[in-house]
Amino acid sequence: MGQYAIRRILSAIPVLFGILLVTFILARSIPGDPCKSILGEKATVAVCEKFARDHGLDKPLPVQFAIFMADVLRGDFGDSIRFSRPVTLILVERLPMTIELSLTALIIAIIIGLSAGIISALRHNSPVDVATMIGANIGVSMPVFWLGLMLAYLFAIVFKDTPLWLPPSGRITAGLSATPYYEVFGWGLAKGTAVFKFFEFFANLYIFNSIITRNWEVLVDVLRHLFLPAVALSTIPMAIIARMTRSSLLDVMGREYIRAARAKGVLELNVVTKHAMRNALLPLVTIIGLQLGGLLGGAVLTETIFGLAGVGRILFEAITARDHPIIQAFTVVIAVGYVAVNLLVDLSYSYLDPRVRLE
Amino acid sequence: MTVAQPEIAQLPDTSLVSKPSSLWATTLRRFFKRRSALVGMGILSTLILVAIFAPVIAPYEPTQVLIGIEDVRKRTAPCIHLLGCPADQPQHLMGIDGNVRDQLSRVIYGARYSLFIGFTTVGFSIIVGIILGAVAGYLGGWVDNVIMRVMDVLLAFPSLLLAIAIVAVLGPGLENALLAIGIVSIPAYARVMRASVLSVKATEYVDASRALGAGPLRILIGSVLPNAITPLIVQGTLGIATAILDAAALSFLGLGAQPPTPEWGTMLGSERNQVFTAPHLVFFPGLAIMITVLAFNLLGDGLRDALDPRLSSGGTGQA
Repeated sequence: MGQYAIRRILSAIPVLFGILLVTFILARSIPGDPCKSILGEKATVAVCEKFARDHGLDKPLPVQFAIFMADVLRGDFGDSIRFSRPVTLILVERLPMTIELSLTALIIAIIIGLSAGIISALRHNSPVDVATMIGANIGVSMPVFWLGLMLAYLFAIVFKDTPLWLPPSGRITAGLSATPYYEVFGWGLAKGTAVFKFFEFFANLYIFNSIITRNWEVLVDVLRHLFLPAVALSTIPMAIIARMTRSSLLDVMGREYIRAARAKGVLELNVVTKHAMRNALLPLVTIIGLQLGGLLGGAVLTETIFGLAGVGRILFEAITARDHPIIQAFTVVIAVGYVAVNLLVDLSYSYLDPRVRLE
Repeated sequence: MTVAQPEIAQLPDTSLVSKPSSLWATTLRRFFKRRSALVGMGILSTLILVAIFAPVIAPYEPTQVLIGIEDVRKRTAPCIHLLGCPADQPQHLMGIDGNVRDQLSRVIYGARYSLFIGFTTVGFSIIVGIILGAVAGYLGGWVDNVIMRVMDVLLAFPSLLLAIAIVAVLGPGLENALLAIGIVSIPAYARVMRASVLSVKATEYVDASRALGAGPLRILIGSVLPNAITPLIVQGTLGIATAILDAAALSFLGLGAQPPTPEWGTMLGSERNQVFTAPHLVFFPGLAIMITVLAFNLLGDGLRDALDPRLSSGGTGQA
């Protein structure tokens, strides 16, 4: 197990290096001059030269890449050109929103997808099964941005003045604010320090923050805002999970050992939950891990539609504004996160299924 | 010759042995047994016909502004005479868009773009993927390592985000969006091809053809490709579905096809702020995208089940 884990972790290093390189090249090849796009078309040559010097843009590209690598390894992504603020601070503000959105979507997808898949498999070829599979096929074909807009219309306009009404945009109702837990608990934190950023990151996870500060009003409001974007984002993974659960469970239920268990007189409930599910769930771990990339891509679209200030939106805006430090930092964080999740999936898989380690 | 004849006479009666059917005949038979695959095929054929005969079917030109031609205002809701819309008003089945154009005509012409997007991007990435995968698998060693690590890096980025970044480099526009989506989907095909090359490379029939003097290209086309074709077809059909979705997303964000192109994603993106006042302008283009993607997904699933009998019992396989 240990050896396999080390081998697997080492094999991720060249990929991480590649991610840094690709990110750097992409950010630098975006046409347009950051000086002109930040300071305006009328910026003089002298002003732009100073700007380039200040942001290290006058050095040769390989040197810039080396500096970038060294900075990233120290966890320093520099200052945003557009906002003149440390990128890490912007990450701390924006990342929690996207994490909250993606995780909520994933949880919805797993709960509904898994149950639908199990029911489908147990009632194979019944109307329920057919309906679920038709639903899954439609779900996997739906554009996230279209579903999001349609849900917003349905819940904000059609259900207006009914208890089903839900806010079509934003993260929290204006006027309400989530007081950070460290202020509620009276922890004196110096702003701008690494420790502050660490605690601030968790404070920006509004669900987490409102639960530990027991601010139920904010919690309900945040959940109501999060519901529509999360549902829109969850459809595709939900459909994929439902289909995989069904086919995986069907496959296992046909095996000899299930017949043996039934012949022994094991209760059908136990046959399914104790004998079949354990094996059927294995491939699902991989599939669920793989959905994360799609969720992050979908988050760009969902955040745009629902006016949420998350990673996806700022990355999109940074690309149009040629804000290199932000593009680099956010792309690296997303890609590294994705690699890390896949690594965890692989490792958990080898833990769940010892045969994997031997290959 | 005289010796051979009695031997033939002794052969068993061939009418009792069923004629072996070819792979393609079996596949077709299995394919047509699947209802969902047939539905997908039906939708796709309709879409292709709509795309070809768009000028005949569409009541208006897709970019024709109706100001001064008809008494309609911008973003008018659909008017269908059968459903009680007054007969003195001009009929527009999907309403009027923000620039006073007939939306039905635009949606009809949009089929051309979606199908074009799907086939060209997947065509591009399959060809590049086949070449890269074949080179990697055949040469092995450091070449294999370099190519496959590059593919790993491409796979490490969420595909839509990478496509956005590539379009940002190349500049917005339909061609660049297609190229970006094409590049992003190369790794999947390269992996399939490489795996096929590796599994076939060591077999005796490849040794045999090499001994007969066949060059690498001949072996590739004669022995390797036929083995890889099944997964490539399935992957390709499902890939078209993803490509159409991603292209629509890029256009929606303003990075793909530019107005006034009647591309579904672009249509949806340019009217998205009007969703609360004119939902029909968002509903119909999105529905069109969904139906098209659904057709390719159903077709891909059906093909997979038909081409790979091992999977057909368990329903759909891995995505």
